[in-house]
Amino acid sequence: MNRVQNLSLIGALAGVLAVFGILNDQYLSLSNLAVIGQAVTIAGLLAVVQTAVIICGGIDISVGSQAGLAAVVSSMVFAWTGDGLANGNAFAAIGVAIVVGAAGGVVNGVIIVYGRVNAIIATLAMLAAYKGIAQLISGGRAQGYLLTNDLFIFIARGSVLGVPAMIWILGIVALLVHLLLKTTDIGRNMYAIGGNAVAARLAGININKYIISVYMLVGAVAALAGIILAARSTAGHPTAGSEGLELKAITAAFLGGCAIAGGKGSIGGTLLAVTLLGALEIGLTVVGVNPFWQNVAQGALLVVAVVIQQRRTGDRAVGLPG
Amino acid sequence: MQAPLLELRGINKSFGPVHVLRDVALTVRAGEVTALVGDNGAGKSTLVKCVGGTHQIDSGEVFYEGNPVQVHSPRDAAQLGIEIVYQDLALCDNLDIVQNMFLGRERKRGWVLDEPEMEALATATLAGLSVKTVSSVRQPVSSLSGGQRQIVAISKAVLWNSKLVILDEPTAALGVAQTAQVLELVRQLADNGLAVVLISHNMNDVFAVSDRIAALYLGQMVAQVKTTDITHAQVVELITSGRSEGLAQ
Ligand SMILES: Nc1ncnc2c1ncn2[C@@H]1O[C@H](COP(=O)(O)OP(=O)(O)OP(=O)(O)O)[C@@H](O)[C@H]1O
Ligand SMILES: [Mg+2]
Repeated sequence: MNRVQNLSLIGALAGVLAVFGILNDQYLSLSNLAVIGQAVTIAGLLAVVQTAVIICGGIDISVGSQAGLAAVVSSMVFAWTGDGLANGNAFAAIGVAIVVGAAGGVVNGVIIVYGRVNAIIATLAMLAAYKGIAQLISGGRAQGYLLTNDLFIFIARGSVLGVPAMIWILGIVALLVHLLLKTTDIGRNMYAIGGNAVAARLAGININKYIISVYMLVGAVAALAGIILAARSTAGHPTAGSEGLELKAITAAFLGGCAIAGGKGSIGGTLLAVTLLGALEIGLTVVGVNPFWQNVAQGALLVVAVVIQQRRTGDRAVGLPG
Repeated sequence: MQAPLLELRGINKSFGPVHVLRDVALTVRAGEVTALVGDNGAGKSTLVKCVGGTHQIDSGEVFYEGNPVQVHSPRDAAQLGIEIVYQDLALCDNLDIVQNMFLGRERKRGWVLDEPEMEALATATLAGLSVKTVSSVRQPVSSLSGGQRQIVAISKAVLWNSKLVILDEPTAALGVAQTAQVLELVRQLADNGLAVVLISHNMNDVFAVSDRIAALYLGQMVAQVKTTDITHAQVVELITSGRSEGLAQ
């Protein structure tokens, strides 16, 4: 079943590449494929951890704001530890941003677990709150200048074995989360919690610990995405580039095979879906489609992805006799 | 006669103002099926959850293998070798049979799950219980019938070298043929030397497999007798009125 799903994603991706390749002969050039790859990276990181949290039966709408907050925090720490604009300590900048991200994730998890707030509501609220915090501490302006530092230059423009550094980062994070989900008892328990929380609890699994941990993971990885975003755009901005990433991440996760109810999904499927979304987005740009249509396409794809999932799980349409 | 595996004395349990269990005593022996009967709300599930560590008792004593024990959590119960198969089936539909049987207690090799060993153990456990109705242990649980699911849930309980398996209405939602399969498995557990407590509302089931019957009435244990010493009618009387004329206790 999973295989069928991944094959259809591969088919769709091939179709998208073929169509835009025919419409525009630059589309399939190596340099454009690298652009697609990089465009996919930041949303891809968020989609990978989104998959993990959806598997546990949750969802995190706040990821875009968390990335924006990390972009601001990392560049502000970089500026403070340096001359007020640049030349600071990159490790401190990255470390602080990731710790702040993880802490933000823990806040999400604690609100959901101990506040007993529905995950959608809790993280929707935090989407607004984290964005507000990022805007407050930055005054709504871009902060610092990161590309005086070799590490940030490497993250933004470097490559290893011909593959851009940021794609390596995505690949490594995705592989680690994949291994966690598929080969460890932690991953098995995550699927169990999403599949049947009562059964998981009766089996002695500490659900609260898992939920808080997975939101912490999301926060930390969202921060990493925000740092990459800041490095790539040379400075940390509270919203530019990060606003709306939650929609991409969530769409990719559902398109990749996650079920809303939880307990289903795979990193492979999500990565295929996020690549498909990136190829589509850049294709539409290359052939000159009004960028506002991108939002319409994104929204439509999320609905399509969820409809496919619901059909698959065999849920009956509301109000229709079975 | 063999010493009891589990002995409860003077168990009391209240939920707020509701006094659910009143001075309950119960004796459970290895190699026997003890049927626990009683009307809806009599306190059967509550009693079982106290033994299983999901609820804490307010007062009373629990003896296990002759020693006084305190069960504060499901983990404590599992450590003693007590496994409960709950009324609402505790299986994950999205996982397969092996994954469900080992849920929360996966075998690992280093960091990594030891799938071959878990698969082999699950297969051996099902074979040891003469379970023939499931064709592959890698089948997802969502594809199983109600009876097969119940059989998986029960087999899961046996996997842990458990000594006491408690089943809360395992046949409540099953048809005739599937009920027979599950009861066969229940009998097999006792014949394999385990102590089994079976909660059921179905007198045919109770008389088909149990060695002893314990009747709860409004939170009080009103009788504990050998199944051969009591009739259908007398059990029904105990359940509905808490007494039965002419019952030799
Ligand atoms: N968590 C709880 N909080 C408050 N009251 C409870 C709780 N659990 C059970 N009770 C009450 O305890 C009484 C006994 O319930 P219990 O579930 O043990 O009955 P039962 O014998 O298993 O019934 P059934 O045959 O319907 O399963 C009922 O009156 C019930 O309302
Ligand atoms: Mg009950």
